Amino acid sequence: MSELKKPTAGWSRQEIARRVALDIPDGAYVNLGIGMPELVAHYVPEGREFIFQTENGLLGMGPAPAPGTEDPELINAGKKPVTAIPGAAYFHHGDSFTMIRGGHIDICVLGAMQVSASGDLANWSTGDADAIPAVGGAMDLVAGVKSIWVVSQHTTKKGEPKIVSECTFPLTGKGVVDRIYTNLAVIDVAPEGLTVTELAPGVTMEEVREKTGTQLIDGREAREPAAPSSKQ
Amino acid sequence: MIDKQAASAAEAVSGIPDGATIMIGGFGEAGSPIELIHALVDHGARGLTVISNNTGSGRVGLAALIANGQVAKMVCSYPRSANSLVFPELFRAGKIELELVPQGTLAERIRAGGAGIPAFYTPAAVGTLLAEGKESRSFDGKEYLMEHGLRADYALVRAEQADRYGNLRYSKTARNFGPIMCTAAETSIVQVRDLVEVGGIDPECVVTPGIFVERLVHVPEPAQESVLVKEGVCYP
Repeated sequence: MSELKKPTAGWSRQEIARRVALDIPDGAYVNLGIGMPELVAHYVPEGREFIFQTENGLLGMGPAPAPGTEDPELINAGKKPVTAIPGAAYFHHGDSFTMIRGGHIDICVLGAMQVSASGDLANWSTGDADAIPAVGGAMDLVAGVKSIWVVSQHTTKKGEPKIVSECTFPLTGKGVVDRIYTNLAVIDVAPEGLTVTELAPGVTMEEVREKTGTQLIDGREAREPAAPSSKQ
Repeated sequence: MIDKQAASAAEAVSGIPDGATIMIGGFGEAGSPIELIHALVDHGARGLTVISNNTGSGRVGLAALIANGQVAKMVCSYPRSANSLVFPELFRAGKIELELVPQGTLAERIRAGGAGIPAFYTPAAVGTLLAEGKESRSFDGKEYLMEHGLRADYALVRAEQADRYGNLRYSKTARNFGPIMCTAAETSIVQVRDLVEVGGIDPECVVTPGIFVERLVHVPEPAQESVLVKEGVCYP
């Protein structure tokens, strides 16, 4: 059965990004990591304003410039060309990390190699002897931003769980992750344990448990109190 | 009369001795003082400790300085990026030392050094490999690591505009480490695209006050690192 490629249930990368954006409140100051987190900027919900910070010195980062209008002095933390929105501000690295470490940024969305049951994050090194260690701003972001949300595929390309009881890769921060968005589910890092609050369409709790390397609490009802609904 | 302008990049870096500690501005190519770095390659000082966020790309700029065997140690947060060839090769061969510092800690160490603060406590890197060997202390029930301020003999920085007093303005995200590095070096050497008369910069818009700048080099048309890399240029 496993050799038959079923149409994949769950969220695509774009759908994960859109799902994250729905949870960001109007007016939030947000730092987006490199890779999948960058997609979140494409899904700002109607009627909300988010201000994106990039740690290399820009508050009010806009979308990628039109081809031919790139400016090598206007880039994001991934060193890709970006634009600045009206109302943007430039600043030096000292001020940038004053925003980050000083608790002035509301949400940081980051990728992950592993997240543990207690919210430890590993996303900077495999620990391989031959790897060139490079950390960038990740350790400062997880230490200082008010909410740390991880976006990730639920498993590695080989199908190994990325959500585990203890990280085996070197840590970026201990107990820093608040919420995880994967292709299968939304999971809160709660004091009582990892709590699934939402499943992607077509995904079952059993499947999520099977692909997770640690205990999960089914908290779906808890998070969805009988919301006022027009269609009864 | 105060005039901090040097005749050339070569003259500006000519006094840098072997073994000097040098802060080099830039985040990737944005703000990297490529003409000053090339002048330092020509000058040839060796055994340098370089403090810079990255390690350069291709075989120009900072990567050329490293490839030329002039750098004994890098202090940086992200030594590998797309097109970074030179540093990884030398690092794997054990020919260059690396002190890896989280980016915000690097910035704050430079800021503190420039502000006369010898050490401070930060929450970044607590509980990680980068905390090993560092003094830690708890404040209000939360753990922090002690980090030392950084100072340097020289800073090489790129700015957009200057007057002869050394007042500086920068361009967009090319500002990055420039302002704090100018405060933390004994001798800050700045290459500027535009040199204006004193009074030509609105005092409200000065980002780096001239007191932090010792030498200026006018480079009206700086090379663009990514273009040189694409063209396969190898400096010198």
